[in-house]
Amino acid sequence: MDVSWYLVLSALLFAVGAGGVLVRRSPLVILLCLELMLNAGNLALIAFARANGNEDGHVFALVVMVVAACEVVVGLGLIVAMFRRRLPLNVDDLRGLRG
Amino acid sequence: VSATTYAWLVLAFPLAGSLICAFGFRLLPGRTPGWIATGAIALAFLNSIGALVMLLDEPSDAQQLTSSLWDYASAAGLDIQLGILVDPLSVFMCLVVSGVSMLIHLYSVSYLTSDEGYARYFSYLNFFVFSMLLLVLAGNFVLLIVGWAFVGFASYALISFWYRRHTATTAGMKAFVINVVGDVGLVLAALFVFRELGTFDFVEAFDAAPETFTTNEGVIVAICLLILVGAFAKSAQLPLHTWLPDAMEGPTPVSALIHAATMVTAGVYLIARTHPLFELAPTAADIAALIGLATLIFAATVALVVTDLKRIIAYSTISQIGYMVVGVSIGAYAAGLFHLMTHAFFKALLFMAAGSVIGAMAGRQDIDRMSGWRRALPFTSLLLIIGALALAAAPGMSGWFSKDEILDFATERGGFYLIFTVGGYLAAFLTAFYAFRIGFRVVSGEPCEEARELEAGHLAHAEPENPLTGEREDTGVGFPGPEHHIAERDRPMWIAMAILGFLSIVAGLVQIPGVDAVIEHFLEPTFEDSPLYALHPSTGEAWMGLGIGGLISIAGIALAYWCYVANPGVTLRWRDRAGALYGFLAHKWYWDELLDAVVYRPVLAAGRFANDVLERFVVNGLVSGTVGVVRGVGAVVRGAQSGFVRAYALLLVAGFAGLGLYFLIVSS
Repeated sequence: MDVSWYLVLSALLFAVGAGGVLVRRSPLVILLCLELMLNAGNLALIAFARANGNEDGHVFALVVMVVAACEVVVGLGLIVAMFRRRLPLNVDDLRGLRG
Repeated sequence: VSATTYAWLVLAFPLAGSLICAFGFRLLPGRTPGWIATGAIALAFLNSIGALVMLLDEPSDAQQLTSSLWDYASAAGLDIQLGILVDPLSVFMCLVVSGVSMLIHLYSVSYLTSDEGYARYFSYLNFFVFSMLLLVLAGNFVLLIVGWAFVGFASYALISFWYRRHTATTAGMKAFVINVVGDVGLVLAALFVFRELGTFDFVEAFDAAPETFTTNEGVIVAICLLILVGAFAKSAQLPLHTWLPDAMEGPTPVSALIHAATMVTAGVYLIARTHPLFELAPTAADIAALIGLATLIFAATVALVVTDLKRIIAYSTISQIGYMVVGVSIGAYAAGLFHLMTHAFFKALLFMAAGSVIGAMAGRQDIDRMSGWRRALPFTSLLLIIGALALAAAPGMSGWFSKDEILDFATERGGFYLIFTVGGYLAAFLTAFYAFRIGFRVVSGEPCEEARELEAGHLAHAEPENPLTGEREDTGVGFPGPEHHIAERDRPMWIAMAILGFLSIVAGLVQIPGVDAVIEHFLEPTFEDSPLYALHPSTGEAWMGLGIGGLISIAGIALAYWCYVANPGVTLRWRDRAGALYGFLAHKWYWDELLDAVVYRPVLAAGRFANDVLERFVVNGLVSGTVGVVRGVGAVVRGAQSGFVRAYALLLVAGFAGLGLYFLIVSS
């Protein structure tokens, strides 16, 4: 099968993820969408690895998974901390960094 | 053991003595530090003799030995070694410096006994001797500058030795600042030498100089004038002399050692050492000689009116160094260095005798209060008169042979150089007069109160006070401690003065025209390349010069006798009649005021200007302008920081999308 199909799927997944990050306000959903973008990237890497017939892409995909796992730990930890402090779970209300 | 090994040992002992006194000051009881320091200098003196003996074993064309311990810096084209040069000149200086230092250390052992800073004093004094020996033994300009700066520091530390006396600390600062002016000149001269000749080494530089420079070329004259700035600051010549009279704030043995016998003659040594350069720049040498002449006349006139005993001798030192500068600048190297040696003896002796009198006067230094000490202080009086006779160049004394040899040489060169003969004899008359102004006023006349007390067996003790301002002081500062020491009652002082008195009389015998010329023959290897060294007045002319010098000296002494013994009070009438001239001399020709107006006040005004205008408007304006710009830009950029996380994300995505599009378009 042609590699472009995989890339189209990857691009669609990435667009869904990016759109989710931009549109949704719940930090939890934003985190899920980020994961979606990362996995879209993984899909593209694996597709290219298969097309080229070597393992480099697999290695990168594994690294991305590790990074994603770390990111989830931090992100979920932040969300739990926000919940415990009874902060609004809405990124538009969290504007402490306004200049 | 070679001559260079001895020379290294000459350096090692004073340094070790200084460190022992500095670190062991709590452990060493009583006079021990003094004896350790004196012993260290005695060993240095013995090693100087060793170096002399080994050097004399060499054939005269091989009497320039160099030795290096390690490299300071070795880089492309630059090779600076911790190297010494042992030749007749440096050995001669080592002998004079360590010999006179040894006697002055011995004198100090007694003189400073009751001072609280006894160990500190000897640590400084040994450090000074180490630095001075380093200066004279240095084999290149870099090490010379190191020694040069070290003696400047040692001088500062010892002038300010009584650090709770504010006049002493300000005098120390003045000496240090003026010496730094000289250091700058010397460093620039060394850099010029390196730029032109590619080496800092003395022997290499002097060998290369005649091939590199033509006579009186601009560069070599500039180098020599810069060297002169260094030499004149150290040797207290016009217009950099004002620190030396103030340096008398230090203890009297310090005045004897540093500010009369050794350190202030470093400039004379420097000119003699760099004579190959000066002979290529006769203009600079003539300027040096003229300044020396001006200085020696100026200082002799001031010494006529100053009333502080130590300051009279200080002005006399400036004047005598003027003779030496004239000597080495006109090419009379042996004569100039001969005078350096005899002057070291008789001037150290005069200071020691003065110290003894000041001790008996309970710290007072005003000669108007002194008189009639001949019965109370017979030994001190005798040696004071011997010192004054040598200073006055009375016939037969050491100063007679050495001073007149310089003037004879000037006569021999003739023409323009005759002004040095005339000026020198004029100042010699003044010298004889002021030497016996000291001598007669201290020794003869009705005994003063302190002298009568001492004749009855009581040494005067007074409330400690600053001899310059009369302010009261706490004991242990000012005058050396609560006890006072005089040569009559302290054997070390007595021995040191007796040896110097003997040398002041006989030292001239090494260089009698027509009989012997020990110093001239000994120094010949150093100066053999100099055409002027072969120039000699004939024996008859030399004796004629000595005769004229002797007559002038006797005339000066006779006038002093007439003024101060036969008709006491006549000088007071002269003073009233010639008030303007007296005021001019008493203000030291207004040099301090001139420097104040020309240097100090303009610098101060420039500083005020910098503070009020540059700092307030220019610097402050630049700083607050920068602050304003940053603040304004920040206010604009702050708008982008909305705090909406999703807006940031949108910017990020849009940015990446834009970049991706751009690269797509570019690549296709």
